Amino acid sequence: MTEEITSVLAKFIAEKILKQAKKVIGPDEALISSGLVDSFSLMDLALFVEDTFGVRIEDTELNAQTFDNLSQLTALIVSRQK
Amino acid sequence: MTTFPNLLQRSFLEVPERVSIILQHAGQADQPLTYRQLVLGANQYALTYAREGIQPGEVILLILEHGQDLVFAFWGAVLHGAIPAIMPFLSEKLSPERYRTDLASLISITKPSAIITSAEFESEARSALVPGDSVRKVIVTGAIEPQTEPDLESLPGMKAGPDDIVLLQHSSGTTGLQKGVALSHQAVLNQLQAYSRAIQLDPEKDVIVSWLPLYHDMGLISCFLMPILLRVPVVEMSPFDWVRAPYKLMQSVSQYKGTLSWLPNFAYNFCAGKIRERNLEGVDLSTWRAIINCSEPVHAESHSLFAEKFEKFGLRPQALQTSYAMAENVFGVTQSSLENGPAVDEIDRASFMTNRVATPPTAGRPAMKMLSSGRPLDNTKVRIVNENGEDIPDRLVGEIMLQSNCMLTGYYNRPDATESALRNGWYLTGDYGYLANGELYVSGRKKDMIIVGGKNIYPQDLESLTSEVPGVHPGRTVAFGLYDEEAGTEEVVIIAEADSEDPAEQEVIADAIRRHVTKSSAIALRHVKVVGEKWIVKTSSGKTARSANKEKFIRELNE
Repeated sequence: MTEEITSVLAKFIAEKILKQAKKVIGPDEALISSGLVDSFSLMDLALFVEDTFGVRIEDTELNAQTFDNLSQLTALIVSRQK
Repeated sequence: MTTFPNLLQRSFLEVPERVSIILQHAGQADQPLTYRQLVLGANQYALTYAREGIQPGEVILLILEHGQDLVFAFWGAVLHGAIPAIMPFLSEKLSPERYRTDLASLISITKPSAIITSAEFESEARSALVPGDSVRKVIVTGAIEPQTEPDLESLPGMKAGPDDIVLLQHSSGTTGLQKGVALSHQAVLNQLQAYSRAIQLDPEKDVIVSWLPLYHDMGLISCFLMPILLRVPVVEMSPFDWVRAPYKLMQSVSQYKGTLSWLPNFAYNFCAGKIRERNLEGVDLSTWRAIINCSEPVHAESHSLFAEKFEKFGLRPQALQTSYAMAENVFGVTQSSLENGPAVDEIDRASFMTNRVATPPTAGRPAMKMLSSGRPLDNTKVRIVNENGEDIPDRLVGEIMLQSNCMLTGYYNRPDATESALRNGWYLTGDYGYLANGELYVSGRKKDMIIVGGKNIYPQDLESLTSEVPGVHPGRTVAFGLYDEEAGTEEVVIIAEADSEDPAEQEVIADAIRRHVTKSSAIALRHVKVVGEKWIVKTSSGKTARSANKEKFIRELNE
């Protein structure tokens, strides 16, 4: 289940945010602190997470302290789906 | 003629309890500051600058995040007669090494005597210093003088003359930071007079709402200096908070009955696309009388998206306006008519693209719509010239030149750059456009500047960063902007030649370019294309021809 979430997120980030469909994003690869996902795209990611997994990420949580890689984001989603 | 300190003093004496600025921070109560509080705080900073031996006329760099210290440190510098320059704050994605390098290069040209920053950032600021440079003091916000009753007459800023430089304004990146636009009291006040007439600014009725950063002319002039000097209340939120919660702009307009805002084009698309209606419950936008699109090319589609999304919350579509603005003219050059809105000029696409002439459409041939940036302000003259500097008739595209009583004094400590930007007292904007019925239509840029989300980016900065990446042929790189209709702004494309023809290896290099350029410039890249030798088109003199490479890239993209 968590693997599926991670792969859906990875696909979305590669295709829609980075526009490099083939790019492989590792589960521990830094997303926000590295600038890979810029601040303008954070909203896209939050909206996608809400629409796809029914989990809300508040605007004050859109920073590298809350999640900075796919594993952390997946864990956040799983914890809120319960 | 008057100066900034004179105006601030008058407000302090005449309307001390009037609210000047309301600072908003995510998760905290709003913080209103009256003119009295503003002057009390500014006075603390002015006394601190005096204590630290900063002389009037010296430059002070402000490296502070959104908040009251930035406001007080700025006005304190003005009251002290020093020249404030607001710098972008180090963002989490920018590498500290690069920030340091850029800061050091700025210091070597601008020669500030002091840096004001927060305690957290102090060591970062100090690490940009080198022995023998101009910076004598790094002052942290925790080490300022205690609050006392201001004796404004004793402050050196009160003796400033109208022609003295009051502030410096920089654009971003290595190149931009080396060209500080120096503006005089007189120039800024002339701009504010002309601009406020153009928008019929009314201190008794208007409320400005802004998320714009103050290191950029749009935020600094329209949403900070104009409201504070002309006594129009302004609500300021942090750009950092807004980009994560764009609905806060609408909530603030509704809460404070906001009437005026300025936005770069991308923000119309961003707000239209990314705000959930649940965040707009009870929001009433009917007080918003002008939302002015400036600082990057304006697009009619962006206005339509915005109007469609927010009309049911009371937004009046006629509130959507445009302006053409630049720091070299303090701010506004043109403004659309608030009664009629920006004109839309429908023209023949082929004649425009191939002959650079905007003629009415012919039946059966593709047409395109141009959105006007409005008419020149009443203190600003605009001319359109050809490559020989000769005036050309209406509807022919040429370079936009301007002259006014609010032009820059010069690029600070850069007589070379000043000289090449001015011709017989006219400023060459480097932008292309045409005039029709007295309205200015801006159509493109002569200089290869990329504008992303209202932020000016010099392609040469990105190209030299790309050249630093292992595997890339140094000097065989090109950067340009590509308009993205969905985002309403340009996206950055980088093409780099590498030794390797192996797609897997090229992918690895592309990733390395993304990481390095983003870390070093805080700019996210959309397309990074690594190509084999001889892909990049050079001119006969060996210079990179950005437009030719852009055409080639688009051709391959569509294949």
